[in-house]
Amino acid sequence: MSGETTRQELFQYVIRLGDNALINGQRLAEWCGRGPFVEEDIAMTNIALDLVGRARMLLTYAGEVEGAGRTEDDLAYFRNEREFRNFQIMELPVGDFAFTTARQFFVDAYDYFYYRALQHSVDSTLAGIAAKTLKECEYHLRHSAEWMLRLGDGTEQSHAKISTAVAELMPFTYELFDADGIDRAMQANQIGVDLNTVEALWNEKVNNVLDEATLERPELKYTRSGGRQGLHSEHIGYLLAEMQSLQRAMPGQDW
Amino acid sequence: MIRVKGDRFIFREKGTDLKSVPSRCRGKNKSVPFSCNYPDSVISEIRQLLEQVADPEIPVLTIADLGILQDVCRHEGRVRVVITPTYSGCPALQTIEQDIRTVLTENGYEDVEVATRISPPWTTDWLSEAGREKLLQYGIVPPAGSADKQSLRMPDTGVACPRCRSAATEEISRFGSTPCKALYRCNDCLEPFDYFKCI
Repeated sequence: MSGETTRQELFQYVIRLGDNALINGQRLAEWCGRGPFVEEDIAMTNIALDLVGRARMLLTYAGEVEGAGRTEDDLAYFRNEREFRNFQIMELPVGDFAFTTARQFFVDAYDYFYYRALQHSVDSTLAGIAAKTLKECEYHLRHSAEWMLRLGDGTEQSHAKISTAVAELMPFTYELFDADGIDRAMQANQIGVDLNTVEALWNEKVNNVLDEATLERPELKYTRSGGRQGLHSEHIGYLLAEMQSLQRAMPGQDW
Repeated sequence: MIRVKGDRFIFREKGTDLKSVPSRCRGKNKSVPFSCNYPDSVISEIRQLLEQVADPEIPVLTIADLGILQDVCRHEGRVRVVITPTYSGCPALQTIEQDIRTVLTENGYEDVEVATRISPPWTTDWLSEAGREKLLQYGIVPPAGSADKQSLRMPDTGVACPRCRSAATEEISRFGSTPCKALYRCNDCLEPFDYFKCI
């Protein structure tokens, strides 16, 4: 670790990555048993499993960096809303299948380019996690991009639904690239990534897929941000209530 | 009892009277010493035992066939077993760790460290030839080609039907009953089948 990077900064950086994966995985897992057909049900839960697996690696590492003895479970189950550092786009309710598809597409494209850059981190643990997770990001992105095409260039109804989803979600994508001091410090120390590069690649991919899917990219009339600082929508409380209820009721339960 | 360089390298052969093992060399369970360095013969015996541990999801394959078993080595006076997950969230890894401990306990090695390593990331290129053959016999088509030659956007190509060997197959779903498998269908004999996808 570079001398300029404090332990607390690295902890914050890692926990953001872990929380993004955890909250996205938890939301996606809500489709388990409710998918539009069995193959897609399996696909979404498989992807959710990858995300939770990624969260486990990152939160374990965050606990090690913090050095206060907190485990992955302590961090996942015993923090409150304001202590979570995920982007708001992750916590939005699943909505319909079009909404879930559009969210996954935006997030998968971000994750793919982000972890592709992060695999070159000078922090060997983060680089290892990134290289591992990148393989999974590849087929996540392939999956959601295919669905964007199918829904956008599909029926009148599917086109209308995915258009609405894209319009609703686009303001939340602003936050993905809304770097703060920790992001800049991590980039300067070559632990983190250059978000401007990720943003350019993301824009190119998103524009290409939207174009091919005959979808318009809506202009941003407003933006949402704040997850990095623990500012969230009302939805995260409900998500955490469900995710944490067992451990809150019976702390330390194992099976 | 084997003694090498005085008392420093000691381990207990099966059936050895435990009382003859110095107490400082016994594990917490008092059955097997662990604070000593194990000789090569023990390392290779442990390795052979672990090479027989089956994957819980695809029981025809062992964890060695899959490349999950990475290393058996000495580490700070103990035996360390290193495993690697196939997929980040693969729930089989915890079962595998338990199975490893069970096999070792049954054979008298109770104080062994099982460590997880994620770097370099697991790839289907590590599947053994024997493993590939066993998969095919089991009805799951082994990964076609090498992981780094697969494209981001295209389904894996060159996947032949495990029943009629026809090359006219198509991907039904990239996701199957476990993270490592995809669902395919043969367009000649019309049978669906599992494919162990390249990653």
